[in-house]
Amino acid sequence: MTKEDCKQVVLDIIADIAPDEDLTNVKPEVRLRDQLQLDSMDFLDIVMELRKRHGIEVPEAEYQQLASLDSCAEYLTPKFNALAAKS
Amino acid sequence: MNTRSHYDVAIIGAGMSGLAAGIRLAHFGKKVCIFERHNAVGGLNSFYSLEGRKFDVGLHALTNFVRKGVKGTPLTKLLRQLRIDRDEFALCEQKQSRVAFGPAGETSLRFTNDFAVFESEVARQFPTQIDGFRRLVERIKTYDDVSLEIAPISARSVVRGCLNDPLLEDMLFCPVMYYGSAQEHDMEFGQFVIMFKALFLEGFARPLQGVRVILRVLLEKYRQAGGERRMKCGVRKIIGRAGRADAIVLDTGEEIQATHVISSIGAPETERLVGVPPAGTELAAGRLTFVETISILNQQPAALGWGSDTIVFFNDSPRFDYACPTAPVDLRSGVICIPNNFDYGPNQALPEGIFRVTCLARYDRWAALPDDVYHNEKSRWYADVQRSARRFLPALSDGTLSSATVATDMFTPRTITKFTGHIGGAIYGAPVKHRQGRTPLENVYLCGTDQGFLGIIGAMLSGISMANYHILQKS
Repeated sequence: MTKEDCKQVVLDIIADIAPDEDLTNVKPEVRLRDQLQLDSMDFLDIVMELRKRHGIEVPEAEYQQLASLDSCAEYLTPKFNALAAKS
Repeated sequence: MNTRSHYDVAIIGAGMSGLAAGIRLAHFGKKVCIFERHNAVGGLNSFYSLEGRKFDVGLHALTNFVRKGVKGTPLTKLLRQLRIDRDEFALCEQKQSRVAFGPAGETSLRFTNDFAVFESEVARQFPTQIDGFRRLVERIKTYDDVSLEIAPISARSVVRGCLNDPLLEDMLFCPVMYYGSAQEHDMEFGQFVIMFKALFLEGFARPLQGVRVILRVLLEKYRQAGGERRMKCGVRKIIGRAGRADAIVLDTGEEIQATHVISSIGAPETERLVGVPPAGTELAAGRLTFVETISILNQQPAALGWGSDTIVFFNDSPRFDYACPTAPVDLRSGVICIPNNFDYGPNQALPEGIFRVTCLARYDRWAALPDDVYHNEKSRWYADVQRSARRFLPALSDGTLSSATVATDMFTPRTITKFTGHIGGAIYGAPVKHRQGRTPLENVYLCGTDQGFLGIIGAMLSGISMANYHILQKS
């Protein structure tokens, strides 16, 4: 999986959690919270959808790694690839 | 272990909060079952059929309504958390509501889903109070009302710090208390904030078909997520051992094991499932309960001159007294709801007129009556409640109203206990709330009315918050 694929995975999750948000111009380097109306309940859902759909675990201490699309890609891409290598 | 009856989570009660908790948990893969003593879902907000007509109970209006595009409010949080598209609720907005005080409603504050209307009414009727009112609204807007860890303060004292006209103070408390206070005379400020936002800063709406539309959506989400539900299947006991719930026992005697138990039935009611607490230590049950009269009319209320008001909160006395009365019913104040007066859009209307009136009542004056006396008392109070409420609506002759009335019904505190199990018919549960939903048993949590988020949106958010906080965040 590339970092771009990973960003798309996260965007797909956000689209389902918050269908009332416009995701067409999300800037990857800017914190998601600063450009979208996402609260702590929504971030919990991103974490839980990652686990439910992709088997990816994000421990609570590492939630801040999901701040922006870029940081999501940095943090999650290796996890996706490690999981793919195992299966 | 009998695997058939082991659940990750057992939820007691299929009201709004239990269903919402169930949807969250089932969506994230928990094995969940909701146990409901009745054959209908909804709890306090339900519906029934009588002689071919469908009646709503509980819901006058869905509070917390905001228009599409407004974010960060309870309604939008709820829709996101439950993956509901707002069009599924098919909400139609109120026309206007009023708070009417004085023997014939001489002082009246109109409000709509546009807060500026209410603010201008306050400015017009209470010019000396408007600056204080704006300060109060600012404080309300910035208050963290969903914090699970905030210290309780008196709402009366906060409001008096901003306003010094007791009439306006009471006119603000009347709707807020009637739509959610389990406490007499005063409220915890956080609860006041939740209700003030829900009623005035947000607003009222209703699906044309009433509360069943909302329940149908919740049931369908729950089913799709894989949740199980057992109806006519109450829980009669929680077996505790070493500070944890070991199992729950159903009315049938069957034992069910669950890793977690979420109870939506109330704090004192849950306590009684665990065992008889030592005398003097039991949690206090609430004392606030209502009667409601329902009149079905053979025409639209607008044809009788009652076409403008959706909800009217009324009080005829110098002060508004929100307390358990000594009489069976307190006729001095109440709430009128005319469900026809939502804006359902062109070519959409309820088939008949509906006129509902709610008043404070006293449980023990209804509970002990023999059946025949109970029915006579209902007819007597029905007439008195209607007469009291009509003082606050455009005049209509007795003859005109009675010839338009094709059916009537009335619920009493006794009905509430029968259908919700709330001790003493306590409509909003116990006066002390448990924000974190904790109970003496570490794997039993409260949601719904005694957790303390109010209104039907609040009830659903309560189920969501408790499922998130105690179960989903920790697994």
